[in-house]
Amino acid sequence: MAKRPKVYGLLAEYETPADLYKACEKVRDAGYGAWDAHTPFPVHGLEKAMGLRPSIVPWIVFVMGFSGASLGFLLQWWTSVVDYPLIISGKPYNSYPAFVPVVFELGILLGSFGAVFGMFGLNRLPTLYHSLFNSSRFSRVTDDRFYISIEARDPKYDPEKTRELLDSTQALHIEEVED
Amino acid sequence: MSHYLPTTHEHDIDPVEGRMALVQGNKTFAEVTEAVVRPIEIPHKRWWIAFMISLTMLSSLAVSLAVLLWEGVGVWGNNIPVGWGWPIVNFVFWVGIGHAGTLISAVLFLFRQKWRTSINRASEAMTIFAVICALLFPTIHVGRVWVIYWPLPIPNQMDMWPNFRSPLLWDVFAVSTYFTVSLLFWYVGLIPDIATMRDRAKTKIRKIAYGVFALGWRGSHRHWVNYEAAYGLLAAMATPLVLSVHSIVSFDFAVSQLPGWHTTIFPPYFVAGAIFSGFGMVLTLMIPLRAWFKLEQLITIKHLENMAKVILLTGSLVGYAYSMEFFIAWYSGNPYESFAFVNRAFGDYAWAYWIMVSCNVITPQFIWFKKIRRSPMALFILSIFVNIGMWFERFVIVASSLHHDFLPSSWDYFSPTVWDVSLFIGSFGLFFTLFCLFLRFLPVIAIAELKSVMPQASPHYEAKPKRKRHITKSAVGIVESQDTSGHDEPSSEVSESQSVKVVVSGASKAAEPEPEPEPEEAKASEDDKAEEASDDKAEASEDKAEEASDDKAEASEDKAEEASDDKAEASEDKAEEASDDEASDDKGSDDEEDKGNG
Repeated sequence: MAKRPKVYGLLAEYETPADLYKACEKVRDAGYGAWDAHTPFPVHGLEKAMGLRPSIVPWIVFVMGFSGASLGFLLQWWTSVVDYPLIISGKPYNSYPAFVPVVFELGILLGSFGAVFGMFGLNRLPTLYHSLFNSSRFSRVTDDRFYISIEARDPKYDPEKTRELLDSTQALHIEEVED
Repeated sequence: MSHYLPTTHEHDIDPVEGRMALVQGNKTFAEVTEAVVRPIEIPHKRWWIAFMISLTMLSSLAVSLAVLLWEGVGVWGNNIPVGWGWPIVNFVFWVGIGHAGTLISAVLFLFRQKWRTSINRASEAMTIFAVICALLFPTIHVGRVWVIYWPLPIPNQMDMWPNFRSPLLWDVFAVSTYFTVSLLFWYVGLIPDIATMRDRAKTKIRKIAYGVFALGWRGSHRHWVNYEAAYGLLAAMATPLVLSVHSIVSFDFAVSQLPGWHTTIFPPYFVAGAIFSGFGMVLTLMIPLRAWFKLEQLITIKHLENMAKVILLTGSLVGYAYSMEFFIAWYSGNPYESFAFVNRAFGDYAWAYWIMVSCNVITPQFIWFKKIRRSPMALFILSIFVNIGMWFERFVIVASSLHHDFLPSSWDYFSPTVWDVSLFIGSFGLFFTLFCLFLRFLPVIAIAELKSVMPQASPHYEAKPKRKRHITKSAVGIVESQDTSGHDEPSSEVSESQSVKVVVSGASKAAEPEPEPEPEEAKASEDDKAEEASDDKAEASEDKAEEASDDKAEASEDKAEEASDDKAEASEDKAEEASDDEASDDKGSDDEEDKGNG
């Protein structure tokens, strides 16, 4: 006997950012945790309607940028003072003003790595397969439609009640997505 | 009206910002996607022509490089004293061009210049390709290309390290960091748009290729929060980076002892010149692009005008730097310095110097005339002169300072050989080939970003254009037609979501079809009200939007004290007006209902 496919959750489709915004406030106030909004572009202020906390990417960037700059200085100091001291144009071994450009560049370089790869890590990208891609309507998320997905693993999830909640919003369409 | 809005043809007004809309033609989100993606999905005949020409020029690069590696750097016109010659001229030229992209994407981003969204993608691509061309030249200029890794601090059998006190080494770090960060910045911006391409892809190869590079992007707002933080920080880091790169390039000259190079004005002067040349190249590329890809409504005349103004500003800065160099040469009382500058303007290279001055100082002054800065053709021609002028600037700096050095017995004149020329043409071939490939496979406009600056992207924008778009048959020149934008609409939904689109012919746009009740301003644009309104609104609207979102958040927490009396009225109201009252009222009643359900 074929197993019944597992349910990932419910997917509601909206036409405008305003509809989505109000719906997000409702879902947030209903106390859901494992849910998400999907938009073709960042809808500004939606994180408030969703009750999300600010990103921690800036901290990653700070740590990475600072280590990049420190590494840059250590590299130059160690090679010119410790490992192979050499007098060049009469300057002291530790001619730190001349080290500034490389310190700066390496700080920026590692900071950028922190921003990009930190963001990938926090977002679990790349994730080439995702259950939501099973929905044929979901392809418009990168075009002109806005979605809310509520996952079945959420303790508050109930096929009937969650659907009722989404029904009470301006959703154009609500469907169950397979896992 | 004439102060803000062109009188030649009508423009759509952004009902939130109160100024000219960045996306013209009253487009929906789907139409924006379509406008950008269509030229990629169906290659144009012009594209093939451009690509073939680029490839031909690229072959010139291949031949010149082969000859160079076989024969050595003696094939060039470089001599002693002019040891730097064209390769370094070309290096600085290309690095300079590579500055506009990051300036547009990072600096204008930090200043919240929303018009950047239509042009940042292509400019960033231009930056990356220009930096690739730039990196080529110092690499081959060292002569022994196979030991180019020596400037990198790699442990080796000689137990030697690079000299970190040398500006040439700083350059290695600056330009390679700049390239890496620009590439990351570009790619991060591309991810949502590659996902758009993935979701529209029809063939298997496209699905896989775009699918892999989209990394499984699904527009999750939890992702967007991190994404926007990362993007903003990249911009914040790229801004000092872009200023540092050309400063460091100028150190290659300024830190030396040579009269004509050893000046403190070089770093800011080089940065201004870089922005000047970069915007010149952006215009050179964008003006044909917007015409061929029919993107006039996305890259509007206003965008071109803004870029022209940047050119005017930086061109004037460059002109100021030229005159200040002369002033300091005289004022310093240093005879060697004075000689270098008199020789620059009236010596062997006077011809190059005056080409430079006329292209860089005189040409941009035409931008003061509104007719010129709003004419794509005039700007295109002007941008070519800017490119020429900036190449000559670098040539003048390198050749005129070096050819008469300290010992008159070693003075010499530099003239390029055919291989110098073919290499330079070849570098353009590389640049244009890469740019053509970019046009063919990636969206030339940042689709997601552009959508986010459209008025209806605001979560407080309550208008629903599809429901309000009536068709007025009485209006003259209005043709009704079914929407043929080609969107693959699930058939069940056609009636509900996709309304009848109204195509307005010619300049009769003024007669807006039964304007949506929402954007009052759009209607007002026809009469003089817009003029007064637009000014205040533009300033007020952003604050308002912020306030509104605050209020909303608060309201939802307060869980509604007041009943909504004028809710129905408010929803018909203007977006700005509605923001405060409606937000709290609406929210309140929603919450009440919600409680009842739960």
